[in-house]
Amino acid sequence: MSLEMVRERKKPVTPALVVGKTIQYGLLFFFLAFFLIPIYVVLVTSLKPLDQVSLQRMWEFLAAIDIANYLLAWEKLGLYIGNSFLLVIPGALLAALLGSLNGYVLSKWKFRGSDLIFTLILFGMFIPYQAILIPLVQTVRELGLYGGIPGLILVHVIYGLPIMTLIFRNYYLAVPDELVEAALMDGSGIFKTYWQIIFPISIPAFIVGIIWEFTSIWNDFLFAVVLTGPDSWPVTVALNNIAGSQIVQWNVQMAAAVLASLPTIIVYIFLGKYFLRGMLAGSLKG
Amino acid sequence: MKSLKRHWPALALLSPSLIVLAVFVYGFIGTNIQISLTDEQGLNADSNFIGFDNYLALLDDPRFHIDVWNTGVFSVAFIGVSLFLGLGLAILLDQKMKAEGFFRSIYLLPMAVSFIVTGVVWRWLMNPAEGSRMSGLNLLFDTLGLDFLVNQWHLTPTWGMLAIALPAVWQMSGYTMALFLAGLRSVPDEVKEAARMDGASELAIYWRIILPMIRPVALSAVVILGHISLKVFDLIIAIAGKQLALDVPAIYMWQTTFDAYNFARGATLATYILISVAVFVIPYLYFTTRKDKV
Repeated sequence: MSLEMVRERKKPVTPALVVGKTIQYGLLFFFLAFFLIPIYVVLVTSLKPLDQVSLQRMWEFLAAIDIANYLLAWEKLGLYIGNSFLLVIPGALLAALLGSLNGYVLSKWKFRGSDLIFTLILFGMFIPYQAILIPLVQTVRELGLYGGIPGLILVHVIYGLPIMTLIFRNYYLAVPDELVEAALMDGSGIFKTYWQIIFPISIPAFIVGIIWEFTSIWNDFLFAVVLTGPDSWPVTVALNNIAGSQIVQWNVQMAAAVLASLPTIIVYIFLGKYFLRGMLAGSLKG
Repeated sequence: MKSLKRHWPALALLSPSLIVLAVFVYGFIGTNIQISLTDEQGLNADSNFIGFDNYLALLDDPRFHIDVWNTGVFSVAFIGVSLFLGLGLAILLDQKMKAEGFFRSIYLLPMAVSFIVTGVVWRWLMNPAEGSRMSGLNLLFDTLGLDFLVNQWHLTPTWGMLAIALPAVWQMSGYTMALFLAGLRSVPDEVKEAARMDGASELAIYWRIILPMIRPVALSAVVILGHISLKVFDLIIAIAGKQLALDVPAIYMWQTTFDAYNFARGATLATYILISVAVFVIPYLYFTTRKDKV
């Protein structure tokens, strides 16, 4: 393998090069193990029958596959996975749509002070949410939305706006201004131009934005634990409670952890490219 | 697009978001600071202005001292190791390796799951039980003859937070790698070629030429990792629950506010967290957005 590489680069094959490549692949595989070991343990434990999950035998391979744990985990978690979907779908769509409008204005309709406004919006992305938590809970209570999913959707949409605005603004900066100007010449207004010209070419940015919001709302714990009650818990809160109780067996806990992360992992596997783009946008380098 | 007439529709389109963010970000930060300057307890309505008493009281609070130590230990370990590993893996993958995409996607996979899931899984791996009840990684180390690695994980006195930093590194170092890799790829090949022509060794090329060029990426990574570590919360809850030895400001804030209804102290802790984040995020945002003005 390494020899081919060397030939490609038209360099002489020296022992030093071969050793170097071997060390490099050795390191890559070592870290592969570091990242995969927890995943291996979760999967194996979650598929073992109860009599095989003793502490001493946790590293053993599967003797047989037992999906009973998953059925038990689903019984405990199904309702909350449903809640998470009810929360995540409207939350991600709304945040992306509003972010798209903001990004459109802040890239194509710049006015004096619009860059400052953009910076002020971005700050919302970096605040530790503890700093707004107490007034937030009071406000959500006053709005009558405390303890339910709609309140949590509202909160996620609001605090998702900064990153969504950033993703869409950076995307639209690459769109030629002439496109917008031509539409304006034809007499379209600001919103009609958005709807007819900008929105249809925004699909890649929407995929990036929606995936980002989907993942971060699905994985959120802080807002959920403070703003929802037992009927409206999303899956993170429910999973933490299952794991915290001494009654639930390890194999069921691991099956629950798999179920709780399956949706975001599926998104990652199939849309990894867009997932990565969203993550890189988070570093302001869109 | 300069005429004033044209600005009004733009502002109108932007204003719902602006108003909401003005209230929910800046307004709430203001309210939170206001609460921190009073003696407000959740359930009684009247509270008095007491100035900075809450801030001073926390400085004498032994629990807050534990929090500061723990956050420090966690941040240094988490940020340091993530940066080192992230950069190392990025440079490694940048060596025209086969199956680069495969390695990269596995390294990044943990980013897709929540801190709660990571915590639940690592709690099972970092089981501190000893002797015949030994399990998890300790059991693996013991079986492999690596006894010296067997340890008490998060129950280790004083340094328990290092065991919390490990899963955090597991989760975030792939992300750090992705940031660095994007940075490395933005360095034009000609730069490297020119240096090679001059006879520079590969190591020297990275150390002297490429690393200085991707310094802004490193800064982004520090800011992102830093603001995660200063508000670390769910990972600890999922691994260890709420125990004093592993306390951090975010957990103290949560307990004192929502369990003990001491809103004033909760707001004060929240303000301390905010200040610790703001001192490096504000300059970062200022310089980054100023630079990318188009």
